[in-house]
Amino acid sequence: MTEIFGVPTQALFGQLLIGLINGSFYALLSLGLAVIFGLLNIINFTHGAQYMMGAFCGYLLLNKAGLGYWWALILTPLIVGAFGALIERTMLKQLYKLDHLYGLLLTFGLALIIQGVFRNEYGSSGQPYPIPKELQGGTNLGFMFLPMYRAWVIVASLIVCFGTWFLIEKTKLGSYLRAATENPQLVQAFGINVPRMITLTYGFGVALAALAGVMAAPIYQVSPQMGADIIIVVFAVVVIGGMGSIMGSIVTGFALGIAEGLTKVFYPEASNTVIFIIMALVLMVKPAGLFGTQK
Amino acid sequence: MAVVRKLTAAVALAFAASGANAQVSDGVVKIGVLSDMSSLYSDIGGPGSVVAARMAVEDFGAAKKGMKVEVLSADHQNKPDVGSSIARQWYDVDKVDAIFDVPTSSVALAVNEITREKGKAFIISGAASSDLTGKACSPNSVHWTYDTWMLANGTGSAIVKTGGDSWFFVTADYAFGLALERDTEAVVLKNGGKVLGKVRHPLNSQDFSSFLLQAQASKAKVIGLANAGGDTTNAIKQAAEFGITSRGQSLAGMLVFISDIHGLGLDKAQGLIFTETFYWDLNDQTRAFAKRFAAQNKGKYPTMVQAGVYASTLHYLKAVEAAKTDDGTKVVAKMKELPTDDPLFGKGRIRADGRALHPAYLVEVKKPAESKGPYDYYKVRATIPMDQAFRPEKDGGCSLVK
Repeated sequence: MTEIFGVPTQALFGQLLIGLINGSFYALLSLGLAVIFGLLNIINFTHGAQYMMGAFCGYLLLNKAGLGYWWALILTPLIVGAFGALIERTMLKQLYKLDHLYGLLLTFGLALIIQGVFRNEYGSSGQPYPIPKELQGGTNLGFMFLPMYRAWVIVASLIVCFGTWFLIEKTKLGSYLRAATENPQLVQAFGINVPRMITLTYGFGVALAALAGVMAAPIYQVSPQMGADIIIVVFAVVVIGGMGSIMGSIVTGFALGIAEGLTKVFYPEASNTVIFIIMALVLMVKPAGLFGTQK
Repeated sequence: MAVVRKLTAAVALAFAASGANAQVSDGVVKIGVLSDMSSLYSDIGGPGSVVAARMAVEDFGAAKKGMKVEVLSADHQNKPDVGSSIARQWYDVDKVDAIFDVPTSSVALAVNEITREKGKAFIISGAASSDLTGKACSPNSVHWTYDTWMLANGTGSAIVKTGGDSWFFVTADYAFGLALERDTEAVVLKNGGKVLGKVRHPLNSQDFSSFLLQAQASKAKVIGLANAGGDTTNAIKQAAEFGITSRGQSLAGMLVFISDIHGLGLDKAQGLIFTETFYWDLNDQTRAFAKRFAAQNKGKYPTMVQAGVYASTLHYLKAVEAAKTDDGTKVVAKMKELPTDDPLFGKGRIRADGRALHPAYLVEVKKPAESKGPYDYYKVRATIPMDQAFRPEKDGGCSLVK
């Protein structure tokens, strides 16, 4: 068997694939953050909590309403997205004229409150969520055993990521959105309801987080701090990709998943820090991030 | 974000009778429960440990005896620096006499040193490192519930003896995980097994697939999970997903609590074998305690850590009463002198190195069909008597042992 730095190539392929799976979550989450920041200029620290709410919403739908995974996949983004829209309408709206920092503080505070409420209700051990029947089992790829569910995560996340990119960068609706962030008065003068569009955009970004939460539920324990664990990494992803760059966040999400996966083979102790090392290096060379443009 | 939550609760507000408490500093015995209140270990100790301490104060009958006891609590966030600064503030400013619980070995080792320096008392339930009664042992500390040596010895030797003789460790990369790995490795080697490899993951990891794949590639018969809480449950869940257990390798959860099994569900956890020092369904007394406890803890049954906080608080208060003082060094000496006897751990004693002795239980998780309902999870496969459950006193390297 051939080896690279003492690691069999077969094992390496497995790790690359796993990196890609974790990268799917990073990409989905950082995409939502990038949409919200790029179009609304809000640094949404509640994103992790909204991801956690997505997972819990799926859990509650299953246990209280008897609605399974596929229903959750549709309903959860709607429910949590609506909750996001409500936050935007009642709270964030007041802060647009102020410095970014106020939005950051508000969303950070909200995240702590939401997490506290769920922890108080459900404790920290996490709740089980089964893998849907259709996606149980897996296939042997020769170099590793790939669970069906993980394969589904990669495919679904690629579809959602590129769908979102297409929607914002290539469609008429997307061009309205981008125009509205550049010059809201002018766009409003053309008869477009800009505040409603902004609310829906925030709701959409939150819905992406909730979708990632439902997809994560069968893999990880559904626990109140699942969002707090991942959000810091996702912020690093967004910074590396370039704040607000949609393609940047997608590509960086997948790439950093792979970088992290490889670290877990060569020096596992550093697997939590490698992303931040990359972030520091990128910021030194390109302060606006890999795909960002200096404003 | 040093948000230190501090719930102060005056538990027994009896008027201090004159005379009996003449030696008790400022007329009140202050107990501080320092635990993980908000993160991955908060179901293991956390708010439940505070409930347990209050129940012990009540059952001791402090109010009737004219003793004033107060229970404080705080969140150390699993960070040694946060834990140390709370401990210092409690001892110096708030006049706390004894700190209880403290899961997370790295925090416990820090509090252990501060307690020794201040001459107070440190009664450990949640932390696991056997160093607390080994090279870090202190005349001011008692280690009540369990430790890494005992887990390794109970679970490790049982598995090696039933054929699991080649191991791969997935270890949490901090004081506790490393101590558990070290102690288990020693047991495996002693019983004729071998260790094929190990991988160390950061505390509080979400994804274990990469580590599990490395474990799978090692072809070891047993994958030893030298971690705890959410790390263990995520690893077990993902091992099932990647078909590791269905392809002949078995998992050994070195430290598993009943709250973890409750979170995993029996379909994922069935067949796991591990060691506990307390199970609620042992006898009438433990059952009665668990019912009372659950009523005050949102229906959650006690873990061995919470049971340990109850029992050790009870014994601490007995020692304060007998020694007629709350001076830390004197009370700990008294705790070692008095035999231990409580409804949860039975009769036992505390050794010179601070180790509390009581039996341990090798348990197996029931199949879903065997369980009658929530928390009916274990079959007790063997009881390890107290003189065999823990590391022999002379082997720990504790300076207090002559």
